[in-house]
Amino acid sequence: MTLPDSAIKHLELKANEIRQDIIKMLLEAGSGHSAGPLGMADILTALYFHILHHNPHNPDLADRDRLVLSNGHICPVLYTTLAHSGYFPVSELKTLRKLGTRLQGHPHRGSLPGLETTSGPLGSGLSQSCGMAYVAKMDQKTWRVICLMSDGEQEAGNTWEAVMFAGKNKLDNLVGVIDRNNIQIDGFTEDIMPLEPLKDKYESFNWHVVDIDGHNFQSIHDAFDLAKTIHSKPTLILAHTTPGKGVSFMENKYEWHGKAPNKQEAEEALTQLRHIEEAIRHA
Amino acid sequence: MLNDQAHLNPKLFDDDIEQVPSRNGYGEGLVLAADANDQVVALCADLTESTRTEEFAKKYPNRFIEIGVAEQNLAAVASGMAAAGKVPFITSYAVFSPGRNWEQIRTTVCYNNQPVKIIGSHAGISVGPDGATHQALEDLAIMRALPNMVVVCPCDSIEAKKATVAIAKNSKPSYLRLSRSDVPVITTESTSFEIGKAEVFYEGKDVAIIACGQMVYRALLVAKELKEHGISIRVINNHTIKPLDQKTILKAAEETRAVVTVEEHQIHGGLGAAVAELISQNFPVPIKIIGIEDRFGESGEPEELLEKFGLTTENIKKAVLQVLRMKEK
Repeated sequence: MTLPDSAIKHLELKANEIRQDIIKMLLEAGSGHSAGPLGMADILTALYFHILHHNPHNPDLADRDRLVLSNGHICPVLYTTLAHSGYFPVSELKTLRKLGTRLQGHPHRGSLPGLETTSGPLGSGLSQSCGMAYVAKMDQKTWRVICLMSDGEQEAGNTWEAVMFAGKNKLDNLVGVIDRNNIQIDGFTEDIMPLEPLKDKYESFNWHVVDIDGHNFQSIHDAFDLAKTIHSKPTLILAHTTPGKGVSFMENKYEWHGKAPNKQEAEEALTQLRHIEEAIRHA
Repeated sequence: MLNDQAHLNPKLFDDDIEQVPSRNGYGEGLVLAADANDQVVALCADLTESTRTEEFAKKYPNRFIEIGVAEQNLAAVASGMAAAGKVPFITSYAVFSPGRNWEQIRTTVCYNNQPVKIIGSHAGISVGPDGATHQALEDLAIMRALPNMVVVCPCDSIEAKKATVAIAKNSKPSYLRLSRSDVPVITTESTSFEIGKAEVFYEGKDVAIIACGQMVYRALLVAKELKEHGISIRVINNHTIKPLDQKTILKAAEETRAVVTVEEHQIHGGLGAAVAELISQNFPVPIKIIGIEDRFGESGEPEELLEKFGLTTENIKKAVLQVLRMKEK
C-alpha cells in the first residue's frame, strides 16, 4: 500500500518533534546517548503511530504487539515516543536519569508504562522476544513481537543463540530490526569487529531479510507489511540509518554514540531540527 | 533427640537407608507442578535426561522446549516466556546455569522480575568423576547476591519434589540446587516444607548445626553420635538460603550460643556466610563454617571427594567441639 503524502508528512513532523524532545531531554539529563536515538526516531514513530497494535491507555492490553528494545541505551527515543503516544506525560521526559525518575538510564520494566522488558546489557533482547513469540504461537495468539537491536550487539554470542532459536522454531510472528548505523562506542563496527555480510548471515539461519532505508516511512511501512506475509520464517529488517540523523555535527560520528549535547550544542541541534521542521511543513 | 514433629524417615539411622539423587525428586515435582498448572513449561540446554526433565518432556512434549547448548538464551528465552504468562523451569548443570548466564539472570529475570525457575543440577563436589569444571561450588553465592531471587537447596529427593512444586507457585525468580549423586532420603511425604521456613530435625541445646543439601544427613549422624557423649545438638535443615529463616536461626543462636554450618559449597558466600551475616549482626555467638575451603574440586567418586574435601562427620564433630570451647571461654 502506498501511504498518502499527508500521512507521511504527519509521521515526518511527529518524528521531528520527537527528535527535538530527545535533544531537550538529553541536555536536561547531562548524560546519555544521542546518535542512536536520533537515528531511530523515524522507525519508532512509524511503529507507535502507524504499525503497532497497542493502546497507551491500556498498556497491558492482552493482544497488543510487543515491542522489545534490546539495545536499551537508545531509550531516550523510546521514552519520547511513548510519551507522545500518551503512555505518560511529555513533561516527565525532563526527569530522564534523575534520582527517583521512572525514566531510568536504561529501561526498567515496571517503572514506566509501556515497557515490555528491562534492558541495557546487549544481546539478550532477541532471546526474550523469541520467548514471547514462542508463547504467542503455543497459545495461538495473533500478536507480533518486534525486537529492536543495535548493529553492535550483533557481536554478542547471545544474539546468535537467539537467531538460531528463532530460525529453528519458524517464528514468523517475530520481526527483528537492526539499527544498521555502523557505529558503536569505540568506533565503526567494521573496524571494531566486522559484521558483514549480515544479510547472508541471517538468511543462512532461516530468516527472511529485508534491507531498507530506515528514514523512509514508505519503506518502513512496506517492510513490516511484508513481514506479515512471510511464513515459517522470522523476518529481519536491516534498517540502514544515519546515526545522529537531523543534526549535522552528530551525523555518522561515533563520538556521539554515548554522549549528550551541552547547552550550545543543543541550541544548534534544535535550530537545525526546526529548519527541517519548516521544510517538512512547506513541502 | 529427633524431632518427632518432623516425621523423618524411620530408617534414618539404618545402614540400608534408601539413597536417591535429589534431581530425581525434581523430575517428579516438575510433572506434579505441570499437572496442576498448564502454564508450567520447561526448557533445557541439551541435558534433558540427566537433569531429570525427561518425564515432563514425554508427558508434555508441547510444553517442553529444547534450547541446545546455549545457556544465555535459555535464561532470556524463559524470561520472555514468563513475560507472556508462562511459568518457565530452566534446567542445566549449575556450572552452566546459573554459572554461564548470570548476567541474563540478573537483568532479564531478577531486575525484570519475571518468575523464571532456575534448576541447577549437579551442584557440589559430589558430582564426582566429571571433575572440577562440572562441580558447581559457587552457585549459592552468585544467586544469593541477586535481589528478588529465592534460593532453595533441598536435603533429599522428597524435599526436592516439594520444593519444585512450591517454587512453581511462588510467582518469583527462584533457584533450586540439586545433586547428581545418591543422597540418603531423610524426610518423608509427611515432613512439612515451606519456602523460607527452616526445620529443626534434631532437638538440642548445646550447639546448633545448620546445614543444607545432603550435609543435613551428616549433621544428624553427628548429633546422634555426640548425644551418646552427653553433647546435645540441634540440627536445622536450612533448605532456603534466601529468604533466610531469621527467627529459627536467631532462636538457635540464642538458645545454644554456638553454631556450626555445613554445606557442599565454597565457604565464601553460601549458607555459612548467610548465617554468619545474620548472627554476627543480631546475636553474635561462636560460629564455624564447614564447606569447600576456597579451592576447586577434582575427579573421584562422590564419597572419596567428600572425604578429601573435608565434608565429613569427623570434621563436623571437630567444629562442634571447637565452638563449644569458644563458647565456654
